Amino acid sequence: MLDPTAVGHLLGFSLYEGLVYGFLALGVYLTFRVLAFPDLTVDGSFVLGAAVAAVLIIYGVNPFLATLAALGAGLCAGLITSLLNTKLRIPALLASILVMVALYSINLRIMGRPNLPLLRETTIFSLASQLPGLETRLVYQLVVAVVLAAIVFFALNWFLRTEIGLALRATGDNEQMVRGAGVDTDKTTILGVSIANGLVALSGGVVAQAQGFVDVNMGIGMIIIGLAAVIIGEALFRPKGVARLLLATLGGTFVYRLVLSLALRAGMAPGDLKLITAVIVIIALAVPYLQKRIRREWLPPAPRW
Amino acid sequence: MKNKRILKLVGSVCMVAVLTLTLVLVSGCAEEPEDIYKIGIFQILSHPALDSAREGFKDAFKAGLEDVGLNETKVVFTERNAAGSMDVCYTIADYFVSEGVDLICAIATPCVIAAATAVEGTDIPVVFNSVTEPMDAGVVNNWTVPGGQVTGVSDIAPVDPQIQLILDVLEAPANNLTLNKLGVMYNAGEDNSVYQVDVQLVEALDNLGLTGNVTVVKATVSTGADIPAAAQTLVDAAVDAIWVPTDNTVVAGIEGLVGPCEDNDIPLVAADVATVERGALGCWGLDYYDIGYASGEMAAEILLEGANPATMPVQTAPMNLLYLYPEEAERQGVTIPQDLLDQATEIIED
Repeated sequence: MLDPTAVGHLLGFSLYEGLVYGFLALGVYLTFRVLAFPDLTVDGSFVLGAAVAAVLIIYGVNPFLATLAALGAGLCAGLITSLLNTKLRIPALLASILVMVALYSINLRIMGRPNLPLLRETTIFSLASQLPGLETRLVYQLVVAVVLAAIVFFALNWFLRTEIGLALRATGDNEQMVRGAGVDTDKTTILGVSIANGLVALSGGVVAQAQGFVDVNMGIGMIIIGLAAVIIGEALFRPKGVARLLLATLGGTFVYRLVLSLALRAGMAPGDLKLITAVIVIIALAVPYLQKRIRREWLPPAPRW
Repeated sequence: MKNKRILKLVGSVCMVAVLTLTLVLVSGCAEEPEDIYKIGIFQILSHPALDSAREGFKDAFKAGLEDVGLNETKVVFTERNAAGSMDVCYTIADYFVSEGVDLICAIATPCVIAAATAVEGTDIPVVFNSVTEPMDAGVVNNWTVPGGQVTGVSDIAPVDPQIQLILDVLEAPANNLTLNKLGVMYNAGEDNSVYQVDVQLVEALDNLGLTGNVTVVKATVSTGADIPAAAQTLVDAAVDAIWVPTDNTVVAGIEGLVGPCEDNDIPLVAADVATVERGALGCWGLDYYDIGYASGEMAAEILLEGANPATMPVQTAPMNLLYLYPEEAERQGVTIPQDLLDQATEIIED
C-alpha cells in the first residue's frame, strides 16, 4: 500500500520548501521573537526580493549576484521600516504596514507589469541542474536549498553570538536594561529589522527562481506563513540556545509545508487551507499556555501588540 | 528531571508515528489501475468564470472519451484550488507531477507557469485555459507552434466584434447613422488598456476595412475623478460612438460617462458584459465554459489521439455571448435593430 517513492518525494519536497520559506521564517523569528518588533513589512519585502532577482536575471545578470541583490533590497526595506520606527517614532506595526503598502507600488515599478515569468532564464536552479548527478528536479532543488540554508544558518549563528548580536538579542528581552548598559537600542533595532527583511527578500528571490515567476501579489499572507513556522518550531522542538532556535524555525517551516502538502493531497476544500493555518498557529500558541496553567505556574498578561 | 526527558522522548516518538501514519493513509489511497487517465486540474481561485471553464474542460474530455468508444469511468480528475495563494500553485503542480498524472489542466496564468516549471524534465503535457497572454507568460514560444509540452486556449478578447456591434447599431435603417469618429476612454497607466487601444483596436478597424474612414479620438484618465472631464472632451469632439476597453479605472467609474452619453445622444459600447447593466447599450462577451471546453478537446486530442502539444496552436475562443440593453440604447439616441435582439443571449431591462 505504502509507496516509498511517493513518501520520499513528499518529504524531500517539503524539506526543500521548508528551507527556502525557512529564510522567511528566520526573518520573522528575528523581528517577532528576538526583537519583539511586530514587522509586517514581510509581505512587501518578500515580493521585493523576488522582483529584484527576477528583473536582474532577465537583464542577464549572474543569478547568484541577482539573489544577493534581492537580499540587499530587503535590507533597504527593513532599514526604512526601522528608521520610521526609531527616528520618527512611528509605532512598529504602523511603520511596517506603511512600508509594506509603499512596496506594492515600488515592486510594480521594478517589475514594469504585474507578472514576470522566469521560465527558460538562467537561475541558480538551472545552473545547479547542469552539475553532474543533479539532473533530477527535486535533487538539485534540495541541494541548492541546503547549501543556501547552511550559509544562512552559520552566518546567523555566528552573528547572534558576537557582541553586537548579543546586544540585539538583549534589546528584545529588556530594552531598558540594555540602554542602561550603554547600548544604543535604536542601532540594534535598525540592524535586526534590516537583516530580517534581507532574509525575507532572499527567500522571495529564491522562491521566484524555483517556481519560475514573480507576481506582485505573491507576498499576500507570507507573514502568516512565517509566524506559523516560527510558532510550530517553538512548540514542537522547545529549543534552548541560538543554534537550536534557528534550527527549530527551519524545522517549523518544514512541518508547516508538510501539513499543507498533506492537506492538498487529501483534497481539502480550498477555502479551508487558510483556516487550517490559523488553527495550527492557535494550537501551537495555546498548548504551552495550557500546560503552564495545568502546572499552576505564574502567567504573564497577554501581550497586546 | 529524568521523567521529563522520558516524557519528551515519548512525545517525539508519538509525533513521528502520527505523521508517518498520515503519510501512509494519504499515499495509500492514491492507487489507480493503469488504463484510467489521470488528469490534474488546478485553478488559482474560485471565480464563476474560472469554475465554468473547469466544468467545460471536464465535459469536453468526457465527450472525447465517448468519441473513441470509452466512457467517463476511464478518467479521474484530481481538482485542486490554490485559494489565491501563489505559493500553493507550485506545491500543487509538484504534487500532480509526483503523482504521475497523464496531463495537467492549468487554469489562469500563475497556475500555468507553475505547471510549466514543475513538468520540466518529464513528458507530462500541460493544457491551459483562461490565460490571456501565454507568450508573455513564457509558457509557449509562439501562438502557432508552442514548441514545448504546453498549449491551450487563451481568453484574449478580440475587439472586432465590439466595433462590429457599433456599426450594426449605427447603420441600422432605424438609426441610419455612420461611424466617422470613434471615441475611446481609458487609463493610459493600465498596460492592458493601452494594448487594447493601440494594437487590438487598430487591427480591428483594419480587419473591418475602416482604416482611413474612421478617426479614433482618445480621452485618457488617471483616476475615476477625471472621467466627467474626459467625457466632455469626447462630446466636444462630436464623436459618433464611444467604446470603452476592459479598463479597471473607467469601468469602475462608468456612471460618469453614461450621463454625458445620454445627454448628448452618443451610443456607448463596452468590452465586458458586466458593464452593460450599468449603462452600456451592449457588448459581445466570452463564455468561459466554451474556453474550458475548447481546452478539454485539446486534452482529449493529446491523450486519446496522440497529438503533440508542441505543434498544436494556441486557440482563442469565439465571442458567443451578446448582452444588450435596449432601453439604455433609446436614452443614448439609437434603437437596437430586431435582428440583433434576436441574437442576444441576455437582454437587460430597467
